[in-house]
Amino acid sequence: MENILNWIIWFPIIGMVAIAFIPRDKENVIKITAAVATGLQFLLTLVLWQNYDAGNGSMQFMVRAEWIPSFNISYILGVDGLSLPMAILTALLCFIGVFVSWNIDKAVKGYFALFLLLDTGIMGVFLSMDFFLFYIFWEVMLLPMYFLIGIWGGPQREYAAIKFFLYTLFGSVLMLVGILGLYFTCGKTFDILELMRVAPEALNGVMWWGMSAIKVIWILLFIGFAIKVPVFPFHTWLPLAHVEAPTAISVLLAGILLKLGVYGILRINYGLMPDGVYWFSGALAALGLINVIWGGLCALAQTDLKKLVAYSSVNHMGYSLIGMAAIVAAGEANGMNLKAAQAGLGGAVFQMFNHGTISAMLFILVGVIYDRAHHRDIEGFGGLAAQMPIYTGITALAFFAGLGLPGFSGFISEAMCFIGAFPVYRGIVIASTIGILLNAAYFLWAFQRIFFGELNEKYTDLPEINRLELFTVVPLLVITLFFGIYPAPYLDIIASTMDEIIHHVVSLATFAGM
Amino acid sequence: MTNLQSLSFYYPELILIGVILAAIIYDLTIHQSKSGNVGWVLVAGLIAVAGAIYFQEQRVTTLFTDSIVLDPFASFFKLIVILATIFVSIVSLQSGELKDYRKGEYFTLLGIIVFGLFLMVSTVDLIMVYISIEIVSIMSFVLAGYLKQNTRSNEAGLKYVVYGAFSSGIMLFGLSYIYGLTGSTNYFLIQQAIATMDASANTALFMAMIMVLAGFGYKISSVPFHFWTPDVYEGAPTTITAYLSIAPKAGAFAMMIRFFNQVLADGGAMGGLDASSVASLPWANIMSLLAVITMTLGNVVALQQNNIKRMLAYSSIAHAGYMLLAMPVMSGDSIYAIMIYLVMYLFMNLGAFFVVITVKNKTGGETFDDYKGLGWEMPLIGVVMTIFMVSLTGLPPSAGFVGKFYIFASLIKGGNQFYWLVVVGGINSVISLYYYFRVVKVMFLEGERKDTILQPPTVMACMLLATAIPTVILGIYWTPVADWIQNSLTFFIQTL
Repeated sequence: MENILNWIIWFPIIGMVAIAFIPRDKENVIKITAAVATGLQFLLTLVLWQNYDAGNGSMQFMVRAEWIPSFNISYILGVDGLSLPMAILTALLCFIGVFVSWNIDKAVKGYFALFLLLDTGIMGVFLSMDFFLFYIFWEVMLLPMYFLIGIWGGPQREYAAIKFFLYTLFGSVLMLVGILGLYFTCGKTFDILELMRVAPEALNGVMWWGMSAIKVIWILLFIGFAIKVPVFPFHTWLPLAHVEAPTAISVLLAGILLKLGVYGILRINYGLMPDGVYWFSGALAALGLINVIWGGLCALAQTDLKKLVAYSSVNHMGYSLIGMAAIVAAGEANGMNLKAAQAGLGGAVFQMFNHGTISAMLFILVGVIYDRAHHRDIEGFGGLAAQMPIYTGITALAFFAGLGLPGFSGFISEAMCFIGAFPVYRGIVIASTIGILLNAAYFLWAFQRIFFGELNEKYTDLPEINRLELFTVVPLLVITLFFGIYPAPYLDIIASTMDEIIHHVVSLATFAGM
Repeated sequence: MTNLQSLSFYYPELILIGVILAAIIYDLTIHQSKSGNVGWVLVAGLIAVAGAIYFQEQRVTTLFTDSIVLDPFASFFKLIVILATIFVSIVSLQSGELKDYRKGEYFTLLGIIVFGLFLMVSTVDLIMVYISIEIVSIMSFVLAGYLKQNTRSNEAGLKYVVYGAFSSGIMLFGLSYIYGLTGSTNYFLIQQAIATMDASANTALFMAMIMVLAGFGYKISSVPFHFWTPDVYEGAPTTITAYLSIAPKAGAFAMMIRFFNQVLADGGAMGGLDASSVASLPWANIMSLLAVITMTLGNVVALQQNNIKRMLAYSSIAHAGYMLLAMPVMSGDSIYAIMIYLVMYLFMNLGAFFVVITVKNKTGGETFDDYKGLGWEMPLIGVVMTIFMVSLTGLPPSAGFVGKFYIFASLIKGGNQFYWLVVVGGINSVISLYYYFRVVKVMFLEGERKDTILQPPTVMACMLLATAIPTVILGIYWTPVADWIQNSLTFFIQTL
């Protein structure tokens, strides 16, 4: 049990090494190996969940080892209510992703080897509690992603791959500067828990070029994370990368990679710079609003179904940002409204998970129709409801989940974000309800154009969704419906950690030296 | 220490001289077709020299009446130089470019460069500075033009001579100013003289230092003394290009660190160039500016290259810039960072050039088109080249990241007047991603899967792995290197 986090992170690497030794012609063996590696990883995360003590909001199952003592770099892993659901989601989507990529026929060996490396990179970011280690995993993701988009992607794949790479690298370079700044001002440690304890005080009153160090580091780290979220105006890599990537990689991109940004802000920015939270929360809510409106408008304008889903991610992550900003409700200036802060932060974290499952589902469904019709032009279909009734039904449910219909998990998390932010950012919340309208509009309009009306002559022999595809979509749909009706299991896991974060931010913010 | 006493501490160099002489004599006795064997003589001799340095008694002293020093700092650089020379010598035996030439002199000249570099890294005397630079330069001129029948190579040799003569002339002029101002050629005495010098001599001192900088700048190919680099790197035999991008650079950095640290920094002991610098010359600013311009120019121009060898030439200018970033701080940490960067740079840059050599042996070309689909055709080459490109960009987990990490860390630690340098350095890394990954792109993203897979020749494959594996391993666990450098960071510092 002590080493379960190690196993969860490194299991895919074992699979990758195994794949390296399988002859490249034995494609089925390679696929099964990948499925076994990710499947076992998923089982391990479930075991972790079973053994996780939800009542205790602090780090559990910690692993510590020395790594580079001369620079005080350690290998520290840990899991809490914030990272546990993300770890489960990562493992689940990677497992499903293997089956989504079952039909890959180009260089299968390389594909699955890189896929598993990507899995390790993502899992490592969620579980590492040493800032240096966190950074290494953060960067390890980039290379497999570059190849997965660049080799197995669509027509514009080369451009999409390098654009994704350049954007994220730019962000992570700024992040590195921030990390080093923290290291030297906060007693030369990369240990995140130690930094959480030391940083709020050590950064207090430090000035760099007439600006408070808290602001400088906050901005450096925020840009690094915001590019991943993506927060407007750093979102332009996203539609391109999502559209060009193969289906399984779009699933991982939307389902997990975007969550890394939000996770990073909550873990690092919130944990290390409580003063910065108060300073920036207004801007955060405003950026959330822009994401909601801008993403919604862009989605409405798309004719490519996959691009529409991609922009819906920009739209959905906006709710998360608004919910996160609500944490300041618990501060003294805002009447110590603890309930609002809990609702907002909980909503933001729940929204991360829900968007993970919903957008994964949407991308898989887009992939299904693309495999059959070889295009994704919304206008090019019509009347598919008669031709593919099961697919139509599932897509309808997925779209309803996407537009936040009550009964689906997305509704609950979005409502929580709004409820939390309402006492503090009333205007922003009211304005962002327009986003919900847009949200409904683009999904329903797209649905209407694809499935209703006259059946396009070309598609009279389009086959129905098959079992393998159903196997990848249905579990996600079940999760979405389950949490939509009964969200308590999820909220119970995160509750105590959310309380700790709120307490940490509120009690350590001094408002001095800004 | 007197000359005669010094000899007993000088045996690694004496062994090296013996090896060079043995190589010359051996070369005279064998037929051209076997002249490659001289390379093995050199490799064996260098391993012996490395052993001698490694097992030499660790002590800090001056030799030959204060003209050179023996200290762990010098030993570190000597071992780096030997490692690079061994790699390059073995690969030279496989190179297709050199196949039709007699290789005896080639290896002898390499041996003499090693000797010159040994002097460079340990000198504390202006005369010796000049002599050691000239030894290295003149041998490099010949080697750059070694391919007699190739006009590009001839051009490279000639250009190198012209620029070399020019910049060493300027440097010599600057050195004469310093001698005139201080009345000495010895670093320690110069430092004392400058410390007590009248402020009215500052302008002259400033001019002299700028001129000396021209000499150093030429050797590490920093802007604006870099003009020779692309042409020479492109025309010279690729093995020599690889060598020039590492060994003389390491030697020049060692010499530069010693010079500025001893002559200009107050008290000598890595005190920092900034406020405490002697004669209140704005060295930190000059160095910062030089570093920023060097790496930015290197990276921006590299973006437009179509020849991979030339692209790597500009990339090596950029890397000189990254290392120069740490110079303005001139603290123990920044010197440490430069040293660790050099170790990492050695593996990744040599490796990249070795790939160029392997590909040229196979396809005869060096442009991006020659690399099209290479990753599918020769997966080993594709994978190791990707590793080197990742590392040169500075992405973790690779050796290049560790080097950059230490450079940036030393700057952040140096104080907030250096933070902007870190941001500029970081943005430069992002720019460099584009051209390094262009290589990866043509190798993997273009072209299709092939049914037959080609492997490079065994020796070449071994050399590629010998550079690629450390590039990865040192990116994950570099404590041994870090400890080694920590122990080497003892200067010979004369206390006043």
